[in-house]
Amino acid sequence: MPIIETKNLTYIYGQGTPFEKVAVEGVSLSVEKGEFIGVIGHTGSGKSTLIQTLNGLIRPTSGQVLLDGRDIWQEPKKIRSVRFRVGMVFQYPEYQLFEETVIKDIMFGPKNMGLSEGEARERAYEAARFTGLKEELLTKSPFELSGGEKRRAAIAGVIAMDPEVLILDEPTAGLDPRGRDVLLAQIGQYHCERGNTVLLVSHSMEDIGRTADRLLVMSGGHEQYLAPTKEVFSHGEELEGMGLRVPQITKIMQELIKLGVPADPSTLTVDRAVKQLIPYFKSRGGDKNAV
Amino acid sequence: MLSDITLGQYFPAKSIMHRADPRLKICLTVFSIVLIFSAGNFFSLALAVGYIILGMALSKIPLKLYLKSLKPILFIIIFTAVLNIFYGTGDPIWQWGFIKITRNGLLNSLFVSVRIITLILASSVLTFTTSPTQLTDAIERLLKPLAKLKVPVHEFAMMMTIALRFVPLLLEETDKIMSAQKARGADMESGGIVQRIKALVPVLIPLFVSAFRRAFDLATAMESRCYNGGEGRTKMKQLHFGAVDWMVLLSAILVLGAFMALNIVLPPSIVR
Repeated sequence: MPIIETKNLTYIYGQGTPFEKVAVEGVSLSVEKGEFIGVIGHTGSGKSTLIQTLNGLIRPTSGQVLLDGRDIWQEPKKIRSVRFRVGMVFQYPEYQLFEETVIKDIMFGPKNMGLSEGEARERAYEAARFTGLKEELLTKSPFELSGGEKRRAAIAGVIAMDPEVLILDEPTAGLDPRGRDVLLAQIGQYHCERGNTVLLVSHSMEDIGRTADRLLVMSGGHEQYLAPTKEVFSHGEELEGMGLRVPQITKIMQELIKLGVPADPSTLTVDRAVKQLIPYFKSRGGDKNAV
Repeated sequence: MLSDITLGQYFPAKSIMHRADPRLKICLTVFSIVLIFSAGNFFSLALAVGYIILGMALSKIPLKLYLKSLKPILFIIIFTAVLNIFYGTGDPIWQWGFIKITRNGLLNSLFVSVRIITLILASSVLTFTTSPTQLTDAIERLLKPLAKLKVPVHEFAMMMTIALRFVPLLLEETDKIMSAQKARGADMESGGIVQRIKALVPVLIPLFVSAFRRAFDLATAMESRCYNGGEGRTKMKQLHFGAVDWMVLLSAILVLGAFMALNIVLPPSIVR
């Protein structure tokens, strides 16, 4: 049974004003338990709005969001319990930190869930470990941390609630390349260890290509694809038409195929590409430097 | 939601009111408000109200938005109207103990409510049809004579521009931070007043931090563009008093003439 489902979901901003704008229209999708879904789309494609409907932060204009088969808006008063089950990390989450110490800030979510001080603390430590926050930072003020550390602290604040579904909106935006790689690896590890469902919104096709099982492609408020990553990236030209692209290495491989090199058009990582190309060039008898 | 606030918001459209010179619009708003408050009888009041309604009609902004701008002050309108009913002088129409209602009280109450409503509507026409930049440009120009008295008019206008520019930005930011804290289970909708104020802390602290950050960034950006106040500064968009503006001005003069005639010739309807 899918953990999250939407049925004909539509959201309109500023209904009845001159600023009225349809952000999401008629999206019906379903996500299975334990999946790692990548969400991509051009700026203004409706992906941010869509993910905010999934944990009940915004109420859809029409259509339904089902969590474990139940409409989350069935009892609007209990919407908070939905937010504990579907954790959401916003873009630039470091701007949400407010407590005196980092550990207290991470404990904010668990305490809102009604956990005891001790339980909340335990969860906070575990979450900090998952996001790679050093223990000596936990007693500092969040405003003393560096940008990357603040980001980790904020993500830990959501992970500490141990949500069944974790949604991350561009968690690596503005980080240096190494920081990106480490954070992504940690999210991947979190996904593996906990077996939770993860939705990752990103503009980086490389990041998405490496991590996601399936891709959701949004364009103009509509759901264009929800398919295995490899399959989506084989539609290179359609993606470019939506202002998106495929990972660079995939593009290179697709161009090589046009030149007559036998290769997999949905190669997503450099490692895989190397594994295919070396034997080919060796078999052609060319020298290795040509690669 | 926060985005529902309409007071002081600009709604872009193509209309005579949008095209009119902002300086003229500010003067006209003040002018109509003065008319409304000096109207002594129903005919002159109707004329002034009609003039404001004409402005609303010409602005091509849906009536719904005007009504929405009245919503926040609905209580004040009702409160003053009710208060005025009981404070009339003259012979009572209806009496119960020491509470009495007079004809004069009813009229006063009607006049007061019409005045408050039109006051808001007139200023809404101005803010709905004038972008914040235009508004501050116009204010700077109108206050320019004060610069001779060493009043820092340009700095004042610049501060206003920045403040107005930051309102939507900070609203958006508040919305974002609130969403982020709600996603962590912050409960802002229930509980008593103390609890609600406490629930604001997780929103206010990040908001202040971000406001300061933005202020520093803006100051750096302005300095790196060599901003040094109003001296010798030119405007990208020059204010221009065109044909439409002369027509609008003419209409105002005609209305003023008619208004004075009605106010003086006809007997006053209310006693002040």
